[in-house]
Amino acid sequence: MPDPRALLAALVLATGAGAAEIAVSEDEAAWLEHLVIQDCGSCHGLTFRGGLGSPLTPGALAHHDGPETLAHIILDGIPDTAMPPWRALLSEEQALWIARYLMDPDTRDKE
Amino acid sequence: MSRLLVLFSFVLLFAAGKSIAEPATPTGALGVVIERATGSVLIVDRMQHKAIDRIEGLGDLSHASVNFSPDERFAYVFGRDGGLTKIDLLERRIAKRIIQGGNSIGGAISDDGALVAVSNYEPGGIRVFDADTLDMVADIPARSKTVGLVELPARRFAWAQWDSGDAFMADLSSAEPVVTRLGATGANPYDAVLSGDGRHFVVGLFGEKGLTLFDMWEEAPAPVRFLSDYGKEGEDMPVYKMPHLQGWAVTEGQFALPAVGLHEVLWVNRDTLDETARTKTHGQPIFVLSQPASPYAWVNFAMPHNDTLQVIDSRSHEVVETLKPGAAVLHMEFSPRGHEVWVSSRDDNRIIIYDTHRREVKAEIPAQSPSGIFFTARAHRTGL
Ligand code: HEC
Repeated sequence: MPDPRALLAALVLATGAGAAEIAVSEDEAAWLEHLVIQDCGSCHGLTFRGGLGSPLTPGALAHHDGPETLAHIILDGIPDTAMPPWRALLSEEQALWIARYLMDPDTRDKE
Repeated sequence: MSRLLVLFSFVLLFAAGKSIAEPATPTGALGVVIERATGSVLIVDRMQHKAIDRIEGLGDLSHASVNFSPDERFAYVFGRDGGLTKIDLLERRIAKRIIQGGNSIGGAISDDGALVAVSNYEPGGIRVFDADTLDMVADIPARSKTVGLVELPARRFAWAQWDSGDAFMADLSSAEPVVTRLGATGANPYDAVLSGDGRHFVVGLFGEKGLTLFDMWEEAPAPVRFLSDYGKEGEDMPVYKMPHLQGWAVTEGQFALPAVGLHEVLWVNRDTLDETARTKTHGQPIFVLSQPASPYAWVNFAMPHNDTLQVIDSRSHEVVETLKPGAAVLHMEFSPRGHEVWVSSRDDNRIIIYDTHRREVKAEIPAQSPSGIFFTARAHRTGL
């Protein structure tokens, strides 16, 4: 289930930045969670403990400034590595939702 | 007299429980389907088109794979979380389960069925276990993620190393394993495969264009690069999922291989290693598998094109069929003689069974986020 706090956060950010786009809806959040677990999980592990891709647990991501930096990594990928750019498939809001989801320590507890 | 017999068999039934009450199921038509999100597997019956049991408690099964004992009784399931689970297909229960490493990516079983090898990411390396007891018999560490583990005849295994860009072979036919470096493969090998005749060990590269082949019939196999310039003319597309080389297509003296970063299947002359043709496909190919006893190869794709399968004729290199089995098609497995292909649709929670000659759906089986499908006939295939 989508984390209401992450949803709220995305909403606050989108409106706060005066973005014209609407924030991530609940249906979309469910789809995003599915995508993160299943499709990011194919490289990073279904529990984000790593695979071909590095671990994406809150602890492993703690060295990043914040979800915005992480969202950019997700959208642009990491050149010359197997981390692909997701810009063609994800919007900025969606990437930010994923970044917050990954950095949120409660995400793992919900399993 | 007959009444006594009936009484006696009742006593027997109660004493032995399930295993005698139900007639034993032959394992030759069985298979194991990974349910990746729930850490469970289904035992399926190919002839009945049914799931006959579910085994739970297998951990993180993303990228899980399965090997079978030569008698088709035991399935060895290799999980992402380092779990190695031995399932008894006769008694339909977990016979043994160990956590052998932190993060693993696949396994192989020796030709005599005595040894099971596991390829690990973290800590990197190969570990070999007694197939009977799952006791470790060899630990071959590597400072790299290991990929593309294959079985070679006479208790040998070969693999490639993602970080260090080289390939190795281990010979476990005597007490001490003998490990040989086969040579450099090129940057970031992502998977490898052995041809059915045990001759060609082919390593696919992610970090640069091309593939590397080793002739394992040679005394000292040496790396041979091929297709090193496919796709250099254009921009690569993002690769949302690593292709697989396992179960590749070999027909008419050709290899059919997934291009990396292109929506194409590459055809290579097996003798000269020259590119003979390319087939434009619906998406980034993941598996390119040959339909047994036919000229056809079946292909599935990375997201966002993963609701589709295409069938290519190896003679014309043309796409002859495009099918839409369901959402997130992750894997295909052919019946050993190729009359059926079983397809997993992860996001529609079902397995779809096609008649390969009519290319029509014959049956469907519900499953929870199914990924890999593995039939027991794999027990008799070289390289797995
Ligand atoms: C095809 C494999 C693959 C897929 C699919 C993939 N990644 Fe990655 N990802 C990688 C690799 C490999 C790295 C490490 C790159 C490096 O060497 O720095 C990485 C790194 C990352 C990082 C940086 C981690 C850090 O510690 O800085 C983030 C964040 C990330 N991925 C998020 C995602 C998300 C979110 C998805 C799904 C939308 C995803 N990845 C899907 C392969 C993948």
